[in-house]
Amino acid sequence: MGKIENQKAWFFVLPVLFLVAFNALIPLMTVVNYSVQETFGDNTFFWAGLMWFEEVLLSERFHASLMRQMIFTFSILAIEIPLGVAIALTMPRKGPWVPVCLVLMALPLLIPWNVVGAMWNIFALPDIGLLGRTLNAIGFDYNFTRQPGDAWFTMILMDVWHWTSLVVLLAYAGLVSIPDAYYQAAKIDGAKPFAIFRYIQLPKMKRVLTIAVLLRFMDSFMIYTEPFVLTGGGPGNSTTLLSIDLVKIALGQFDLGPAAAMSLIYFLIILAMSWVFYTVMMRNEAK
Amino acid sequence: MRNLSRFVPALYILFLLLPIYWLVNMSFKTTNEILGDFTLWPREFTLENYITIFTDPTWYMGYVNSLAYVSINTVLSVAVALPAAYAFSRYRFLGDKHLFFWLLTNRMAPPAVFALPFFQLYSAVGLFDTYWAVALAHTLFNIPLAVWILEGFMSGVPKELDETAYVDGYSFPRFFIKIFIPTIAAGIGVAAFFCFMFSWVELLLAKTLTAVDAKPIAATMTRTASTSGYDLGLLAAAGTLTIIPGAIVIYFVRNYIARGFALGRV
Repeated sequence: MGKIENQKAWFFVLPVLFLVAFNALIPLMTVVNYSVQETFGDNTFFWAGLMWFEEVLLSERFHASLMRQMIFTFSILAIEIPLGVAIALTMPRKGPWVPVCLVLMALPLLIPWNVVGAMWNIFALPDIGLLGRTLNAIGFDYNFTRQPGDAWFTMILMDVWHWTSLVVLLAYAGLVSIPDAYYQAAKIDGAKPFAIFRYIQLPKMKRVLTIAVLLRFMDSFMIYTEPFVLTGGGPGNSTTLLSIDLVKIALGQFDLGPAAAMSLIYFLIILAMSWVFYTVMMRNEAK
Repeated sequence: MRNLSRFVPALYILFLLLPIYWLVNMSFKTTNEILGDFTLWPREFTLENYITIFTDPTWYMGYVNSLAYVSINTVLSVAVALPAAYAFSRYRFLGDKHLFFWLLTNRMAPPAVFALPFFQLYSAVGLFDTYWAVALAHTLFNIPLAVWILEGFMSGVPKELDETAYVDGYSFPRFFIKIFIPTIAAGIGVAAFFCFMFSWVELLLAKTLTAVDAKPIAATMTRTASTSGYDLGLLAAAGTLTIIPGAIVIYFVRNYIARGFALGRV
């Protein structure tokens, strides 16, 4: 669509530019600053070059956190996206139940993240939690505070609980935008349900699903509060994801140099992967 | 098969409600009952936990603080995002695409990365432990989101609307306030909803930027849990109360949720 060339439009953007620049550029420069300097805690700083970057990139601790982060993010994407689409497909399109479903499904999205963690902690405790107690009663030896496998199971289940609704709501928004005529045409042609899904519903959902995958990727990669409140990164380091590790180094140990270098690497990984996701999906759409 | 699939959303909603039920259940129990028995509903029903919260200022001020910075953030984010989104949806200008992408990259910045620099920045400008610090810090991810959503809604409004208004002799500010804003009211509602949502649920930055005077309710919860032992009933009651504002907000936007979550771009 034809937009008018108008340089004065910059004035409309200025307030946003000013606020975001204040919040993004100054802190980012602080981080860059720390990442190339060494300090001995007496407020004197020395040029350290790329030392911290090298240290972080070569450290096993960082590799382990990054690995855990990747496993976590790809697991929840592999569960939440198909599950969300499946639930959206089975939801009623019209009728009195639609708003009820939507409101109930959106509920987890508006609960503060540490409350989500605390709620799941209480829910999953093996002695007083409904989930923990039930699992133990039917014969599983379940204890998420002691066994890494159980901690992972709980963490992933919590994220599925917390965020699948976002995928459902996005996919549902795509589905309700399909005109009835499409379905009628498919019926006349005698299309099977899978064919309807493959050739009518999926293409219509592509755009919103792109948004869903991007949002879920970015947010799960940055996740901090929920797993921290649930497991504290433990048992051991088994659920220490990237953000948890970073906060430990930056605010716990106050190792500013390594923390800053790690921050930048972390941010760049998210940017690069979001860009890859985005281009790949946009290319598929163009085809 | 058709009837069977009806159960999928119902089962899913049941799964969503179970942990919430357990939290609410706990909030009405006494500490003795929580630790002593495993009961599916409160046997000794008590409102004591809620009474504690509503009578102790260190608790209820947490809610006031949270609502204060969330409101400031929502109003501020939407107010500055409106003209910017209009510029992006209507005009081409030097560097527009780069600027839009750069804005969105801030949505990808992990709060953990910014926690420490934000602490130093807001201490330096003297805003530490005020509503404004948290409200401003949250604009980092809320402004890009608001611009993105509003731009989607505005691009759906035909340009002829603007042109007709100018022909009728409207000045730009009058057109924008009298005609354009009412036209995209739904979009503004959705953008405000998302700003409220992300500011309300975020804790890492809110906790880092406050100490006493502006401490959010969610932070009060974590501190109480660690200082006075593990008073689960109280914790559960405080948690239950944090769900309510969100539930009210969802109820108001329920008819826009489906479209709004697609950011107006289906």
